[in-house]
Amino acid sequence: MDFIFTKKAKLIFSILMLIGVVAMVVGFMTDHSDHHNRFWANIFVNGFFYFAISLGALFFLALQYATEASYMIALKRVIEGISQYIFVGSGILIVFFAAGSFHLHHVYHWMDISIMYEYVMEATVGLEHPEYIHELVDGAIKNSHFDKIIAGKSAYLNQTFFWIRTLVYLGVWCYFANLFRKRSLMEDAEGGTKIHFKNITYAAIFLVFFAFTSSTASWDWIMSIDTHWFSTLFGWYVFSGMWVSFLIFFVLISIWLKSKGYLPNVNKSHIHDAAKWMFAISFLWAYLWFSQFMLIWYANIPEEVTYYIIRIEHYKVLFFGIFFMNFLFPMVILIARDAKRQVGYLISVGCIIFVGHWLDIYMMIMPGSLGSHAHIGFMEVGMALGFLGLFLYVVFRAFSKAPISVVNHPFLDESNHLHI
Amino acid sequence: MKNDKVIYAMYDDDMTLLAGAKELVAKGVHIRDVFSPFPIHGLDPVIGIKQTRLAICAFIFGLVGLSLALSGMYYFMIVDWPMNIGGKPNDFFYQNLPAFVPISFEFTVLLAAHGMALTYFIRNWTLPGVTARNPYPETTNDRFVMEIHPSDSHISVDDLTEELKKTGTILIEER
Repeated sequence: MDFIFTKKAKLIFSILMLIGVVAMVVGFMTDHSDHHNRFWANIFVNGFFYFAISLGALFFLALQYATEASYMIALKRVIEGISQYIFVGSGILIVFFAAGSFHLHHVYHWMDISIMYEYVMEATVGLEHPEYIHELVDGAIKNSHFDKIIAGKSAYLNQTFFWIRTLVYLGVWCYFANLFRKRSLMEDAEGGTKIHFKNITYAAIFLVFFAFTSSTASWDWIMSIDTHWFSTLFGWYVFSGMWVSFLIFFVLISIWLKSKGYLPNVNKSHIHDAAKWMFAISFLWAYLWFSQFMLIWYANIPEEVTYYIIRIEHYKVLFFGIFFMNFLFPMVILIARDAKRQVGYLISVGCIIFVGHWLDIYMMIMPGSLGSHAHIGFMEVGMALGFLGLFLYVVFRAFSKAPISVVNHPFLDESNHLHI
Repeated sequence: MKNDKVIYAMYDDDMTLLAGAKELVAKGVHIRDVFSPFPIHGLDPVIGIKQTRLAICAFIFGLVGLSLALSGMYYFMIVDWPMNIGGKPNDFFYQNLPAFVPISFEFTVLLAAHGMALTYFIRNWTLPGVTARNPYPETTNDRFVMEIHPSDSHISVDDLTEELKKTGTILIEER
């Protein structure tokens, strides 16, 4: 069955995108923060959030392949469709990082060359590009901008290495997103088991690569905003967040597609299984959130607590609020079996924790970029809606390009008769 | 119901039993129980077994564990003998709450798991040393047995035997 991207849907998404563009323009004009940091940080929050959903989809798809799972095959095209946003998402991230490299924003402090050098030539102080040096020579004085902690990380956090890493992550992820899509369409045309067995190998390679890079990417892109701070657990925390954000969107869009009459073979058990994932990964997220918080709270080491001090001092309600919103709420409501089989519960819980995980990304990025001045206003809401429109537009376009239920897959029949 | 007759029908394949059970139930025969070495997928709704309430028990045991752990730690660490650990304030419960979370979690899981297992054993009366109520020991290996009380569905024993034979049973016994 083919998915039809209706004119009405196109119109709604275009209106959302228009709201986003208006919010961006108005926001950029009225943004008086240093180097338009608020505007750029918003680009990053939304750019990363929706990118992370598609990356979560890619990961989940690879997981299904590598484990030879059958139950989600009836919904495979939905997962695939979501993963197709990764190309646009990567583009937005590259624009954001490039803006940082050209000093259009100061979200990444370490991109500022002046804090990396201990000395500066006295004659050049005050010029546009003072001459910084590492060694004390004649005519050099102490550099007042020097930041010893960040300079100590310069072997890893320098622009050349950062760009190499970023391009490798994005390139390989996009390659696999394209590869899985292509092979899935090939499988539809050819049938048989050859493609299926080869997919296991590709998925395993992707998962190994992803296991490393999902961590390092979140260090490079998000943790380095709070440059002085580090947490080894941060990568998993971001990863669990992207995984659960994807699952929420996946459950919601599957329910919607089913209600529109697509996916005739998807029954309550498929939705139940997906909802179980959403429930379980909410726990994984909460577990990692709390593990990171409790260890740092307990040890109370000055260089570790900085991340939490700024968040607790200025954003106490939001910071602890999202924890309860994203953990207790799904836990209490979705714990019962019947709740996971009723779309009403799933839609209401899903919508709330979807916002909750957007706020989680917001909480990761904003305090480091804007200090205590971040707040949610027209720009934040408008841009989030605009990016949502773009995301849905791209995902729906991907849905409409291939049959919304796979035609050939070794496990298709098994999945169609899923019963739990 | 002391003098109630019981018919046991044995099968050597779970799918044959499931198909047979569907036919019998369609003819109005009530199947009391099925003995099987493993859970037969899709059988419960056919023979009208209700959803287990074990999950509710587990939830209650978990709540008991959670409240015991929290009240215990409140008494030990705040009321009775407050300790200075890393200079953390200990005047109020909430100030030390993050440190109490792992223990609360563990104790919740401990009670939920053990309570659930014990409830299961007691309810099925399969505690150590208890005589098995299983009519055929083979059903723990490779045989599947249906238990039918003809009085439940007002069917004569002969008619029932006749019906059972059609479903591919390998042994019919009356006890």
